[in-house]
Amino acid sequence: MEFLNSFILITNYIIIPGLTYGSQLALGALGITIVYTVLRFSNFAHGEFMSFGTMSTILLTWVFIDSNIKFGTFPTAIIVLPFSIIFTIIYCLLVDKFVFKFYRQQKSKSVIVLIVSIGVMFFTGGLIRFIIGPGDKNFMDGERFILKAKDFKMLTGLDEGLTIKSTQGVTIILTILLVILLFWFLNKTKTGKSMRAYSDNQELALLSGINPERIVLITWIITGTLACVAGTLYGLDKSYKPFTYLHLVLPIFAAAIVGGVGNPIGAIIGGFVISFSELLITFAYKKFFFYILPDNFLPDGLLQILSTDYKIAVSFIMLVLVLLIKPTGIYKGKIIE
Amino acid sequence: MQDKQHIILLFLSMFILIAFVGFFQSWNLALTIFNLCIISSIMSLGINIQWGNAGIVNFGIMGFAALGGLANIIISMPPTAKVWDAGAIFILIGIIIFILSISFSILVWLKSGLSKKKKYIINFFLIILGYFFMRYIIDSPIKAIEAIEPAKTGYLGGLDLPIIISWPIGGLLAALIAYVIGKISLGLRSDYLAIATLGISEIIIYILKNEDWLSRGVKNVNGLPRPVPYEIDLQSEPWVLELTKLFNIPVSEISSIIVKLSYSCIFLLILIGILLLLEIAQKSPWGRMMRAIRDNEVSANAMGKDIKTRHLQVFVIGSAIIGIAGAMLTTLDGQFTPVTYQPLRFTFLIWIMVIIGGSGNNFGSIIGGFLIWFFWVQSEPLGLWFISQITAHISGTNIIKSHLLENAAHIRLMFMGMILLITLRFAPKGLIPEVKR
Amino acid sequence: MCLLLGKNITCGYDTVDILSECTVGVKKGEIASIVGPNGAGKSTAMKSIFGLLKIRLGKIFLDNEDITNLLPQERVLKGMGYVPQTNNIFPTLSVQENLEMGAFIQHEDFSDILAYVYDLFPVLKEKRNQQAGELSGGQRQQVAVGRALMTKPKVLMLDEPSAGVSPIVMESLFQKIIEIAQQGTAVLMVEQNAKQALEISDLGFVLNQGKNLYTDTGKALLSNKEVKKAFLGG
Repeated sequence: MEFLNSFILITNYIIIPGLTYGSQLALGALGITIVYTVLRFSNFAHGEFMSFGTMSTILLTWVFIDSNIKFGTFPTAIIVLPFSIIFTIIYCLLVDKFVFKFYRQQKSKSVIVLIVSIGVMFFTGGLIRFIIGPGDKNFMDGERFILKAKDFKMLTGLDEGLTIKSTQGVTIILTILLVILLFWFLNKTKTGKSMRAYSDNQELALLSGINPERIVLITWIITGTLACVAGTLYGLDKSYKPFTYLHLVLPIFAAAIVGGVGNPIGAIIGGFVISFSELLITFAYKKFFFYILPDNFLPDGLLQILSTDYKIAVSFIMLVLVLLIKPTGIYKGKIIE
Repeated sequence: MQDKQHIILLFLSMFILIAFVGFFQSWNLALTIFNLCIISSIMSLGINIQWGNAGIVNFGIMGFAALGGLANIIISMPPTAKVWDAGAIFILIGIIIFILSISFSILVWLKSGLSKKKKYIINFFLIILGYFFMRYIIDSPIKAIEAIEPAKTGYLGGLDLPIIISWPIGGLLAALIAYVIGKISLGLRSDYLAIATLGISEIIIYILKNEDWLSRGVKNVNGLPRPVPYEIDLQSEPWVLELTKLFNIPVSEISSIIVKLSYSCIFLLILIGILLLLEIAQKSPWGRMMRAIRDNEVSANAMGKDIKTRHLQVFVIGSAIIGIAGAMLTTLDGQFTPVTYQPLRFTFLIWIMVIIGGSGNNFGSIIGGFLIWFFWVQSEPLGLWFISQITAHISGTNIIKSHLLENAAHIRLMFMGMILLITLRFAPKGLIPEVKR
Repeated sequence: MCLLLGKNITCGYDTVDILSECTVGVKKGEIASIVGPNGAGKSTAMKSIFGLLKIRLGKIFLDNEDITNLLPQERVLKGMGYVPQTNNIFPTLSVQENLEMGAFIQHEDFSDILAYVYDLFPVLKEKRNQQAGELSGGQRQQVAVGRALMTKPKVLMLDEPSAGVSPIVMESLFQKIIEIAQQGTAVLMVEQNAKQALEISDLGFVLNQGKNLYTDTGKALLSNKEVKKAFLGG
């Protein structure tokens, strides 16, 4: 019984939040990885693309709610997602047409394009704040919980409660679906394979008759989709504030690099590595040991490795450590010169 | 000669712009902008020597600037009473032990002939043990220190020395940290280095935000001493009153202008000093070699140039300059507020200055610093004016109008992004291109 | 009559001519080799014939059709296959996916050609699901050649197929090249190992400083004393 209690404690405070946050990071990291491998630059504007997607979702959610379109207890944001994805893709394509395309044709160094992406980051950030304002927006509606702590306790008779928020459930399910779809596309369809071929060896891909402009188009479609979904899920789960999304880009880079930049599986693994290390390192283990240790062995203090204030800093520490010890990441990624 | 005229013209227009602010808004504001322009220019110079001369991408400006700010506290704040009784020395010992355990693990990593797996295990335990031992030693003294009058102090305090000393010390502190960062991460590819330095600077800010015993964290350190007189003291000086009569402006304003002017003079001296040193360095064989390495790393390597050491030198020097500027900024503010350190304002804005001014040209960096800071400050009212112009015909209570007016301030982000993108696209060499030597 | 003919090609980088008035070609079902010392312009000749390099003077014919102004991709559709010297595979794609990419521009069913390639290189069939980048050097060359064969080319162009493989592997690779030619595909290749290449070639071109020095059958060149002395190491 005590063991079960400690297990539920860990599930409630580490496993479920870790899976949720990890999914959000993984989707973001996938977007960064795909741009990096196919278009060959580190896209610092990705956080703002996520923010743009979330903003589109929020605006559409307001429109839907205003016109009284409701879908039972389901969050409206998920219903409008297909439309906001389209908006995000269009924005990505416009940015590419007016900004990135030029540098691709010039075959500019990747570090120059990185600086260009900072310009895009500034512009997009300003545009978003101009449209929706800098304030905090909560756009979650419908049923809040899949499982409530009280119900769980009643059901099982345990001391520890287990809570699953609807946003957590939606995040995990949607991520699984999207990842399956993405991997099916990349590995099974002719277009997906040609995209991988293009990122592997551009010259040979051109010789094989693969149309680079089409590859670029598809890359932005995928990136826009991933950015919009990742951003929306993060915003649903926490709350939406343009400012936070600027800061999200670093944990996402951390996830992509920790997993191995240029490797989609790595990006997903990296997302979870980052989210779980954040939680494991800042979790106060006192209660956990309270369940599994005899009373007189229990030490004082919270038994926390780092204080919760450092939660996000953990991802940066992980990032720096990986860059120093194994720059190729967990799954060996592609190094693009 | 054409080049010199071009540069002079640019600087002249810049001063006219600032003078406009003086005439039409207020001289106080003009001087505030001017002082921050100088600090921005110095930071740009620091980045320019790294990026323009060596191609190093440093996104850690925010962190180095904050370290400069920290130097302000350590050097010039009065020491907090009783911190030694509370066990301040143990904090020092604890940190030294942790650093020792890390150094030892690096030694094991690099020098021992053990298998990779064993190295991982040994290092893991070394660092974990070192960390927990440090925590064991420092946790209670930290608690004790933070409990000393938490509303007023609750931190170590400083050495009570003149604040101007903290500027070079801030540079030294930044140089020291830059040495460590450079030593371990300069081998990385440029975009990894960018991300790594950005990450490290975030870590520095997190530490300053949360380690209250060191920097009071989010409670801020207020009332830093000044290298210039206080307004209130000036207001009773006869010569100030004399000036008040002469210009016919209130004494509060003239005293504030005098304070800002004195800052301007000190800052200008420092800017010119750093500029001179950098120009000399760039014209020397050392500078030529740096550019040779930047332009062709492979052949420079083949010629036996020690690229890593050169890069480290330039990284340390550039970061030290940023540290100095950071220290000056905190002094000018009169307070150290960790939450204000944002990568957008400190890191990316400085990069825009360097790119727009002209990578590789020191004068370019200075004009970039002036121009971009000027517009960063002034585009807020400009944006507001712009929006109110285009919404002028919409009736007063319209929801779209009020929304637009409310968010007009954010136009400046868009504006900055546009400037950067347009420069990179149409004038990638910037306002004052690099001189081919 | 040559199936593929590069006639009097003059080309180069910037203003420097690497090839001047150089003529190379291959007949149907035959093997032709371009040999010569380093810097003779052998690879340049291949690139210009495949359209990777613009030529200044001269013409290129495939089956009597002037293809001088076609893009490389269009030449692939006309029936040319090209294997670059380096970076000639997609390393993170599986062997089978590499071959599929070879047939990318074809919209028809390619299962019979795939079967033919697997027949030719049985080891590739065995490793069809492995990443191509993980294979040995010789196997990677097989992938590269197989990829180029996927469009059923009339003529296959190989740029130094034996670069970086062991002599034994080279032997078997050349055996495969003979097999390919016997199936009716003309093979035009550039080789560093002049002797072995000329042994299996019907026609040989000895280039020096961008000019045709000797053009003859492989056998004749092998027995030519001057060629022997200058290029075949005595």
